[in-house]
Amino acid sequence: MGKRTAAMRTNGMSGHNQLAHHIVGPRVYVVILFALLAGTGLTVWASFIDLGVWNPVIALAIATTKAVLVVLYFMHVRYSSKLTVLTVGAGIFMFLTLISLTLADYISRAWGNW
Amino acid sequence: MPDSPAIAHGAPEPAHEEHPSYLRHHFNSVEQQADTAGFAMWLFLVTEVMFFSGLFTAYLIYRNWYYPAFVAGSHQLDVRWGTLNTLVLIVSSFTMAMGVWCAQTGRRRGLVLCLSLTCLLGLGFLGIKTIEYREKIEKHHVPGFHYSLQSFVDPQSEPEVYSEYHDKPLPPDMARHTELYFSLYFLMTGMHAAHMIIGVGILAFMILRARAGAYTSGHSTYVLNFGLYWHFIDIVWIYLFALLYLISRHQ
Amino acid sequence: MSATIVSLPDQSTARIPKVNYLTKENGILSWLLTGDHKRIAILYLISITFFFFIGGALAGLIRLELLTPRADLMATDTYNKVFTMHGVIMIFFFLVPSVPATLGNFLIPMMIGAKDLALPRINLLSWYLYMAGGILAIYTMAVGGVDTGWTFTTPLSTHYVNTNVITTGLAVFVAGFSSIFTGLNFIVTIHKMRAPGMTWFRLPLFVWSHYAASLLMVLGTPVLAIAIVLVALERTIGIGVFDPTKGGDPLLFQHLFWFYSHPAVYIMILPGMGVISETISTFSRKRVFGYTAVAFSSVAIAIFGFFVWAHHMFIMGISNYSVLIFSLLTMLVAVPSAIKIFNWTFTLYKGSITFETPMLYSFGFMGLFTIGGLTGVFLGSSGTDIHLTETYFIVAHFHFVMVGGMLMAFLAGIHFWWPKMTGRMYPEKLSQLAAVVTFIGFIFTFFPQFILGVLGMPRRYASYPPEFQVLNVFSTAGATILGVGYLLPVLYLVWSLKYGAVAGDNPWQATGLEWQTQSPPLTENFAEMPAMDHEAYDYEWLEVQNQKRQKEVNSAG
Repeated sequence: MGKRTAAMRTNGMSGHNQLAHHIVGPRVYVVILFALLAGTGLTVWASFIDLGVWNPVIALAIATTKAVLVVLYFMHVRYSSKLTVLTVGAGIFMFLTLISLTLADYISRAWGNW
Repeated sequence: MPDSPAIAHGAPEPAHEEHPSYLRHHFNSVEQQADTAGFAMWLFLVTEVMFFSGLFTAYLIYRNWYYPAFVAGSHQLDVRWGTLNTLVLIVSSFTMAMGVWCAQTGRRRGLVLCLSLTCLLGLGFLGIKTIEYREKIEKHHVPGFHYSLQSFVDPQSEPEVYSEYHDKPLPPDMARHTELYFSLYFLMTGMHAAHMIIGVGILAFMILRARAGAYTSGHSTYVLNFGLYWHFIDIVWIYLFALLYLISRHQ
Repeated sequence: MSATIVSLPDQSTARIPKVNYLTKENGILSWLLTGDHKRIAILYLISITFFFFIGGALAGLIRLELLTPRADLMATDTYNKVFTMHGVIMIFFFLVPSVPATLGNFLIPMMIGAKDLALPRINLLSWYLYMAGGILAIYTMAVGGVDTGWTFTTPLSTHYVNTNVITTGLAVFVAGFSSIFTGLNFIVTIHKMRAPGMTWFRLPLFVWSHYAASLLMVLGTPVLAIAIVLVALERTIGIGVFDPTKGGDPLLFQHLFWFYSHPAVYIMILPGMGVISETISTFSRKRVFGYTAVAFSSVAIAIFGFFVWAHHMFIMGISNYSVLIFSLLTMLVAVPSAIKIFNWTFTLYKGSITFETPMLYSFGFMGLFTIGGLTGVFLGSSGTDIHLTETYFIVAHFHFVMVGGMLMAFLAGIHFWWPKMTGRMYPEKLSQLAAVVTFIGFIFTFFPQFILGVLGMPRRYASYPPEFQVLNVFSTAGATILGVGYLLPVLYLVWSLKYGAVAGDNPWQATGLEWQTQSPPLTENFAEMPAMDHEAYDYEWLEVQNQKRQKEVNSAG
């Protein structure tokens, strides 16, 4: 895949802050790739089986697991600062707030089709 | 301790010789610049999450109100194309991550290869989406454009779908709500596709720059941050696939 | 009233520094393509003032119509368009960007000891997006306006009007992205660009407020964006998401709209509160009481502000349980705001208070915002809200917090930092007069509206029962006075650019890094990058600085 160049040594990194530029290697990526592919197969297979109310739960659980893997490893959050984790958390939290408080209204209406 | 003036000498300016050309003047170091760019990209992705959140909210509400219509609607989507698209995007995320590794380790040709593969896969995704959309247009399942309830009040008029799922005919008022399903389908996948198109465009530009060695001589920030964007798009699709295609394939 | 802390340099010898951010480069392109946060702030200041006066003119038309009970000045449809555009322009093109885009842009890098914001080109893009949205809004008015109210309530806006909903929506959409990018820029800057020694708890509270407001901008505005897109699609294609005949729910729009628009009011007020922290401290010569409480309350307002949006929808058809939950949460959100008012009051206690113009506006803020905020609590109580909602009580409530609060804070900030931004002082007596005139005008304009609301006068109507006329006439008279009060600053501030006294580095003897450099500042803000070694609002440190400088001057002379 092309020879390593001297650029690797003068990578713009000053020696003391390796954590911020932790280089994740191909092995991790390949493992995650196969996990994601397996998850996809699993979720499609599960959708063809009648599990009643658990179907959407399982589908979302598998989707979330895949998403978590992408976030942690492909997007390097596993190796990132607390600030990054906080930022991701804030986004997820607000997303869930909008959905849950809005749905709370719809669920609790006396009229409507719940 | 003696009081020191506030405008003390802070960190001295780096000598101009060791100052890379891509370091912008309001930053003190390359580190600070890279750190800042990464954080800014994450914040931007958070805004994107919130942008999509309204659509997910709408989806969840109407799926629960009109479940039979949503089931019938999702049967009209070909799960094979959807699965293939999911696999395409997952592999493209992998090639993108590999591209980041190449950039970080100075592998110019590897980076170009990875970015090109990612771009190709992205185009493949869009191609499949085009096929799917065309099919929807042919069957008059596009809201607002001669939307037809035929497939839902009389499922047997669609032999391929009927043979797989044996849907019961929907009563007319529930059949009408399939239009909501397709509105959300087109909105969500359309918004997603728009983001893909932008991503593919940026990728094309990046491939040119990568060939010139722009990202493999120490300044891999762009590749890293674009990777974040690309993975985000992948994550959105993971959820869209689960929610739109896999509602209930067991009938 | 003759005591003042203003300390100007000797006017016979003082000069505006030759090299500063205004003189660094010349030509229109150096302004239109600038990356300098201070120049961008000035660009914003000019355009915001322009939009303010357009919105103000529309307000004038409203008050003129309401002089008489009948809809005799304009057709009712026209009246609907006037109040709608008044709301759209004032909220999206004045209040939301006002303090952050002008004072925030100018000051935040200086206050944290940085050379610029983290993303200068994004900053410039923000201004262009703002201008694009603004021009689109004006175009909308030219081609007939929109009459749905600034809230675009569905299904009125999607199914029952033929006016320019989509164009206005697009204007707001574009301006929304301007806001998102500004907020993003501020968050990144405050996290990543602080000078050595500038820890979070040494930051001026102005920076904390902007940080909190930026969280709201970044997390809330995208939801408004998607809501607008959905309205546009509903109007054009008829996707059905808000259409009951297709199974959709109009309330869904309102959930999405208010999910942004409630935090939006905190986006508007928090930066103003940041200004007040600075002015109250400076003009009582005391550190802000309970710094940590004020800092955390800003963030608390931002967080709680996301959980209360449906209090705008109590009568719209949400479930009773939702009403209960949101009413309770609304009571909670009042607490952090009250904490700030208490802390500012305790800052004043035993301080050396002087009454320069920024302080007059700050006092106005404290009184009027308190009233406005308290009336918000009345409205948060769902039982009372059923009676008061959609009446002039609401109109009075939000004008008290937004005009009596936010606009006064904006004027306080403009006056406080004018010497820093321009190097010139404005005429003090005239500005104090303008502040008093504004306050009086405000009370006359908006206090009667509380009474009108309780008596039952509905909002958004061009006509009203004759028994409400007296109070309406008071209100319009007040509006005239208010107009004068707002016009005066424009006149004397522009005058001061040429004829004002030279201000020097620190005319208010304020703490804060921005006061430690020349006025107007250099393009790169500081000649040498500062290191922060003292707490915020440290007046003893300032005293030591001055003594040191005095020694230097004496030993040199």
